[in-house]
Amino acid sequence: MSNANVNAPVPAIEISGLKKYFPLTSGAFNAKKGSVKAVDDINLTINKGEIIGLAGESGSGKTTLARVILNLTPATEGRVLMNGQDISKLHGRELKAVRRSIATVFQDPASNLNPRLNVLSSIMRPMILHGVPKAEAVEKAQEAMKLVKMDERYLYSYPHQLSGGQLQRIAIARALVLRPDIMVLDEPTSALDISVQAQILNLLLDLQEQFGLTYLVITHDLNVLRYISDRIAVMYLGKLMEFGPTETISSNPLHPYTRGLMAASPILDPTLRSQKKELMGGETGSLINLPKGCRFAARCPHATDRCREELPKDYHVDALHQVSCFLYDK
Amino acid sequence: MNYSPIREFFYNCRRNVNFVVGFLMILSLILVAIFAQQIAPYDYDEPHKQARLQAPNSTYLFGTDDFGRDMFSKVIYGTRITLWVALLGTSIQLFLGVVIGLLCGYFGGWVDKVLLFITDVTWCVPGTILALAVVTVLGKGLTNSIIAISLVGWASYARTVRAKTMSLRTMAFVETGRAFGESSLSLMFRYILPNIVPSLIVLISNNLPGTIMATTTLSFLGLGSQPPSPDWGLAISQGMNYVHRAQWLSIFPGLALVYTVLGFNILGEGMRDLLDPRLKGL
Amino acid sequence: MSDIVTKLDNTEEPLLRLEDLSIDYRIRNGYLSAVSDVNFTMNRGEIVALVGESGCGKSTIAFTIMRLLMDGNEKIGGKILFKGEDLNKIPVRDMEKMRGKHIGMIFQNPLDSLNPVYRTGSQVEEAILLDGLSHKEAWERVINLYKDVRIPDAEKRVNSYPHELSGGMRQRVMIAMMLSRTPELLIADEPTTALDVTIEAQILQILKDLKTQYNTAILMITHNFGLVAEVADRIAVMYAGNIVEQGNVFDVFAAPSHPYTRLLMRALPRKTKHEGRLETIDGNVPRITEKKPGCRFANRCPLAKEICFTENPPVLTVSHDHTFSCHFAEEASKL
Repeated sequence: MSNANVNAPVPAIEISGLKKYFPLTSGAFNAKKGSVKAVDDINLTINKGEIIGLAGESGSGKTTLARVILNLTPATEGRVLMNGQDISKLHGRELKAVRRSIATVFQDPASNLNPRLNVLSSIMRPMILHGVPKAEAVEKAQEAMKLVKMDERYLYSYPHQLSGGQLQRIAIARALVLRPDIMVLDEPTSALDISVQAQILNLLLDLQEQFGLTYLVITHDLNVLRYISDRIAVMYLGKLMEFGPTETISSNPLHPYTRGLMAASPILDPTLRSQKKELMGGETGSLINLPKGCRFAARCPHATDRCREELPKDYHVDALHQVSCFLYDK
Repeated sequence: MNYSPIREFFYNCRRNVNFVVGFLMILSLILVAIFAQQIAPYDYDEPHKQARLQAPNSTYLFGTDDFGRDMFSKVIYGTRITLWVALLGTSIQLFLGVVIGLLCGYFGGWVDKVLLFITDVTWCVPGTILALAVVTVLGKGLTNSIIAISLVGWASYARTVRAKTMSLRTMAFVETGRAFGESSLSLMFRYILPNIVPSLIVLISNNLPGTIMATTTLSFLGLGSQPPSPDWGLAISQGMNYVHRAQWLSIFPGLALVYTVLGFNILGEGMRDLLDPRLKGL
Repeated sequence: MSDIVTKLDNTEEPLLRLEDLSIDYRIRNGYLSAVSDVNFTMNRGEIVALVGESGCGKSTIAFTIMRLLMDGNEKIGGKILFKGEDLNKIPVRDMEKMRGKHIGMIFQNPLDSLNPVYRTGSQVEEAILLDGLSHKEAWERVINLYKDVRIPDAEKRVNSYPHELSGGMRQRVMIAMMLSRTPELLIADEPTTALDVTIEAQILQILKDLKTQYNTAILMITHNFGLVAEVADRIAVMYAGNIVEQGNVFDVFAAPSHPYTRLLMRALPRKTKHEGRLETIDGNVPRITEKKPGCRFANRCPLAKEICFTENPPVLTVSHDHTFSCHFAEEASKL
């Protein structure tokens, strides 16, 4: 179920027809030989206050999608609407203003912070950049440390003196100082121990409730995804395979790829291990030699000729659930 | 204790033999250069007509040349020249190398292609020949020879800076900075450059002796410092005329040169040990 | 195709037995205790998971069994008995013969483990040739091994270079390489951490099948409880260099007894957020620089009392195979 506070869902991010192609070049003068279609025609809407989990394996395009949303790399085609504004077309001062409302936390705690700056400087930097006077910035930094439950004395520490969990908290603190509406978290807990991960996940949930934030969480860990998300989006080779409420996707996934993914994820109860599982065969395909039709056709147990020739569209099973598979083409 | 990475680094320095030895050697040179007037018994171009071509003795520790000038004083004052070469030469190379390297590594694309091409050409042409050509155009003299060497020597700085910039550019804290609105200039100079400094220090310690040797060679060839400068390269060259009769004329400046280059090399070894794998985050 | 290795040794003796194993690292002002008083056994054909968070010592144990740590900075106490022989005491040459032939190891990142300039088949063959087979026989074995680990197009793939293969394929090549001389024990250090979930599932299936086919014992070092639940027969939970709980995997998952195990399992995201927040453990893993008596988990344990800081906890038995060390068995069960 999506967040109970929202009566009619208000879109926070609307992505339509989003494509990001990287040119494949060869030769000394970079003659274009084709493209790597890292993100290919994605349509999805994230509502305010939702936590969306973005799942996918290597080559799925989930990280590229996040980077396009964050404007770290320009889209090849398509729109990203944030509160009605097309952020993919903004430049200069307007873009800078928009950047206040979308914050990010990346995977590696060790490289999330500038090793040369102490914690206080790192947290203050976004504020200083956006014109917050220094004294106020220091105060806000102290507040932010409290929010992430870290002692203020760590403000004068340097990254190399801190643990992974502490570094991630600081990265989160820095992300919050400009009071963003949306947070993009790319594998925020993958590099952390289980007990530390639990602390960070709890923290993220508390903050989301407190500030009504919208999260886009990218992770390969399906257990984390199931725990934290309201809805889950599954990507494969640049395309969105399925996007729907967490319960549905976990217990009764519709897309064959999602089914394979859920079947492959290790269970946490040894008594369930004897259950016969529909394990996906083959290897993850290559983004360079993309097939003509459905990206998953080569590994799909239900593939038909149509699947190999045509690309399926996004078929809406209901308002919150879409599948990109001919099995659901009414 | 909250020590910045820099302070912790200096703490480790004291324990590294190479660093300590090299540092002391270079420190001694710097002190000699500063206090040359106090240390040197005579002026370096003061002729003592009665004492021409004297072998080293108690009055003239390193002997005298054919004009009766004290070699010891000459070597002492020559220290200033050598250190000036090191300072000016390295500064020019650093400046050019860092700016070009940052631009290449950060922007990529055609900026990278063009500048990298220039860098590669500079790198590939034999250094001494290019320097000779430059000096021929600019004219003889110490400063011109330093400029000539530097116009050739910046290439290795640029390549290292470019490589490190390319790898740092994709690091999470740089991307995060971009995401919350930093400008390219800010990212290059505030985020990336400070994190390249350790590699630069290693590079300087590698290149600096070479800069000194190259400039000294130009002076030896007569294209650098002109007489009566106490430049060691010039002194060695002048001493070549008396290589059978008065070996001390070339030997002592030569030894001074060896001492200097050795000092910088040992210091460089120490720097490399300290900076390399242990302080990865630096 | 399959070489069922028959050994004449006493099959009742445990394959691997760690007796009071302690490993200390020399640091600036003394020693850092990485592993302390570990007692642990493995039998043939068992898959045992050594589980714990970073710094608990599990990788240290793996590397010490293989004697790969040796750079002079370690102090090793106790015994590492492999088929009765103390691996810690045998000469280096004998240990080299052990590696590959009797004990194999696969590492986390298969790309780092394979030499990029040689064909993968040649690398696997290299190991087999040590047993005195001819090149022709060895090459045939390589192809068969590739088939065993289910690399498609085995005849062609043996000629591939590491960079031509995907991560999952490379890990299979590693497994093939390590199994080529049919060791009795395979140590797998985080074998699937770098792999995608679907590939991980395939690799796990291969490991399970190979255990059945070759009766290889597998010591799996991991922090991933899902892996353990999927394949392990037994599990040993480590914390700060000690084994705090060990036993049959079904027993331990059903009734985790040590406070750390209980809290850790509750920190796993097994449910949805609507069922409540995850359990957390306050404090940090201690750095042990002097050997004192007392429980190493005491500073973080919600049940800790005075005795926990002063006396080593006793080893308590839950069932014949399932043990844990704690002073307060009853309270622990109510945690």
